[in-house]
Amino acid sequence: MTAAALAYESLDPNQSGFRRRDVPPELAALNITKRFGSLTALEDVSFRLRPGSVHALLGENGAGKSTLVKCILGYYRADSGEVQLGGRTITPKSPREARRHGIGMVFQHFTLVENMTVAENLVLARAELPARIDWAKQHREIEAFMDTTPFRVPVHKPVRKLAAGEKQKLEIIKQLYLGSRIVILDEPSSVLTPDEADEVLGLLREMAHAGAVSVVLITHKFREVQQFADDVTVLRRGTLAGTGTTAELDAQRLAEMMVGAELPSTAVARVERAAGDTLLEVENLRANDDLGAPILRDVSFSVRAGEIVGIAGVSGNGQDELVEVLAGQRAASGGSVRVRGCEYRASRAELHTHGVRLLPEAPLANACIAEMSVAENIGLRSFDRAPFSWLGFLKKGAIRKRARSLVREFKVRTPSVDTPIGALSGGNVQRAVLSRELTGNVTLLIAANPCFGLDFAATSDIRQRILNARNEGAAVLLVSADLEEIFALSDRILVMSEGRIVHAVDIAEANLAEIGRHMAGHGSDPPSAP
Amino acid sequence: MSAEAEALGTWGVPLAVLGGALRVSTPFLFVSLGECITERSGRVNLGLEGTLVMGAMAGYGISYLTGSPWLGVLAAGAAGAVLGAAHGYLCGRPRVNDIAVGIAFMLFGTGLAFFLGKPLVQPSAPRLPAIDLGFFTDVPQLKAALSVNALFLVGIVLAPLLRWMLKNTRWGLMVRTVGENADAARAMGYDVNRVRLLATAAGGVLAGIGGSFLSLFYPGSWNEGLSSGQGLMAVALVIFARWDPVRCLWASLLFGGAGALGPALQSVGITQGYYLFNAAPYALTLLIMVVSSSATRNSADMPAELVRSR
Repeated sequence: MTAAALAYESLDPNQSGFRRRDVPPELAALNITKRFGSLTALEDVSFRLRPGSVHALLGENGAGKSTLVKCILGYYRADSGEVQLGGRTITPKSPREARRHGIGMVFQHFTLVENMTVAENLVLARAELPARIDWAKQHREIEAFMDTTPFRVPVHKPVRKLAAGEKQKLEIIKQLYLGSRIVILDEPSSVLTPDEADEVLGLLREMAHAGAVSVVLITHKFREVQQFADDVTVLRRGTLAGTGTTAELDAQRLAEMMVGAELPSTAVARVERAAGDTLLEVENLRANDDLGAPILRDVSFSVRAGEIVGIAGVSGNGQDELVEVLAGQRAASGGSVRVRGCEYRASRAELHTHGVRLLPEAPLANACIAEMSVAENIGLRSFDRAPFSWLGFLKKGAIRKRARSLVREFKVRTPSVDTPIGALSGGNVQRAVLSRELTGNVTLLIAANPCFGLDFAATSDIRQRILNARNEGAAVLLVSADLEEIFALSDRILVMSEGRIVHAVDIAEANLAEIGRHMAGHGSDPPSAP
Repeated sequence: MSAEAEALGTWGVPLAVLGGALRVSTPFLFVSLGECITERSGRVNLGLEGTLVMGAMAGYGISYLTGSPWLGVLAAGAAGAVLGAAHGYLCGRPRVNDIAVGIAFMLFGTGLAFFLGKPLVQPSAPRLPAIDLGFFTDVPQLKAALSVNALFLVGIVLAPLLRWMLKNTRWGLMVRTVGENADAARAMGYDVNRVRLLATAAGGVLAGIGGSFLSLFYPGSWNEGLSSGQGLMAVALVIFARWDPVRCLWASLLFGGAGALGPALQSVGITQGYYLFNAAPYALTLLIMVVSSSATRNSADMPAELVRSR
């Protein structure tokens, strides 16, 4: 049996008890400052993880949460300050060294090898492997080890067949298996359903309170902080905004700390208007994933002029593939898509004549050519038409002039329109793409996670522009993994699960708990039959 | 046409195909096993055609000089290791594409072999002995079909052994991790480039040995037309075998049998379309690629890094 497996002593398997005689050592980061060039990502931030507790690191995107843990883990070297473990200063130079100190991190993007089994993934993560691996013995040991934790994942299953929740559990098991006493979780609910996240966090908190581990939870969700954390540290723009126990800090107080005095609102102005003609009709749409397995199963819905239809769902349930089919990046295997009553196959000509515009997720990869300039990227939809081209020759002057005026109008912060777009920040890339997609006649706008990874200001700006398009009569299809965004923008909400639309509701009657249930695939009504 | 062939009638055809499968398949088998190791580590070595020809030349030359064909086999393996390691090293440099390097090595290997092998066209070197598995029969065709080479038997053992090693050894797990998810492998502290370099060198050894079979057993001489693209076909064969060493064995036998179809039909008097039947392995390659590939999906068995690096 491995050393790690012996570390947890099961008190009573029926109560899933796990207690160690010794609690994990206290982890403290003291006065950490980290600069990247001229940018100060963290300034004089301290944070203390009590043994056997769950400590939330709360903050906006870009507040410095991940920079802080990366300094602790040895990804980055802090410019000043120190990390202490059990009162002794440690200076891990790599995540592997941090692991030797018993500190491990569970990432948002799983670090598992998809084509290998659960057992293979666990075994190969170990520092020392025997030259010949006795799988029967390994399987026994791993199962015995899992019995000492509250988590359980089938050991023979290839990882690619696991659900997101199981992968997250496996990542946590892996950290425990490697002997981590301090587990850092990076935004677990971004890849899990609310129920899955609750289960995982609940079990981890149980382990922490039993003294088996200490947990750092990186999040921007108040609900998780209040439900699962004992202590919370709030970061804002790289500085410490406050810290305390969750008992003494309520949501209102946390929100003030998180966003500061200015409290920029992401609430957007909505004009009440009746929806118009049906502009997008999707009927019994089917498509396969990259391995040829069905991922869209008879998806049907429609979007009318002047309404925003939001598609909610846990990522990986077919939303990406739906957007890819509508964008022409993936072939449908059945069904039909009609725009303004005409058959639609996402050709360049159809996109143009019907005014279909796209805001795909990860715009730098899906909607831009990173090496080309801002002006050229803004001109991608129109460079081959008058007045931007003449007899097949580009009129660069006209393209740049138009780009300059759009950059001003959409407040894209760029040194010049000749800068390669890949050099811009995420928010500014998204603004540049918006300026291209929302100019001219917009009949149908398809947006996928348009504000993912952007700060408050960029988020509210971009949401307002999407809403303006709707107010001016465009039909908008919004696919988002962020429920708050879905609720803020949509007129109608559809829930997608396992490649089907399983729930449809008007915003006025929408209920968060019910939508969460449908997202998890536990809806009360059967999957919608076409 | 011989009297015995007439006596056997059309039974001579499957027998000759079987004999061909056992004889012609060995170079396919060794090259595809080698490429299998390389591709499981997440890299493609298209240069194995060059390695094969280099191995044939080196094996023949050393066998001629020392009088020992087995030393020739060793030399062929060593030549393959050098070419494989060179490919592996170059591809480990930043911004180097393994396909481009592979094509360069294919041309370089064959060119170098022809250059160095010029003096070897005339002399005759000692050949590898045959093992007579047909001792129980008096039918000459069957005897001929079952007269196999020790290398073929080595290959038959090697295929399941490699499969076992990929699953059950630290070495195998390491190669697969690097081939499936280089980032995860790096996070676990593996040196991705080093693993791939070693995997490519190991693949080169096997391909070189496959080449020595060509010059030292069948057809058993050195000339510039020795390999007719077996090295390249073996790369396609790995895809057909879905990156599994044991399936590489079956696929090699299938290709070997297809290669023997033309001569077999000729031996029973069907001469019409002789060249067409000789093209069977090439047609088979094309057919397999068309059938086994898809525009819309990736094979689940394909090492993920092969998709990612393109």
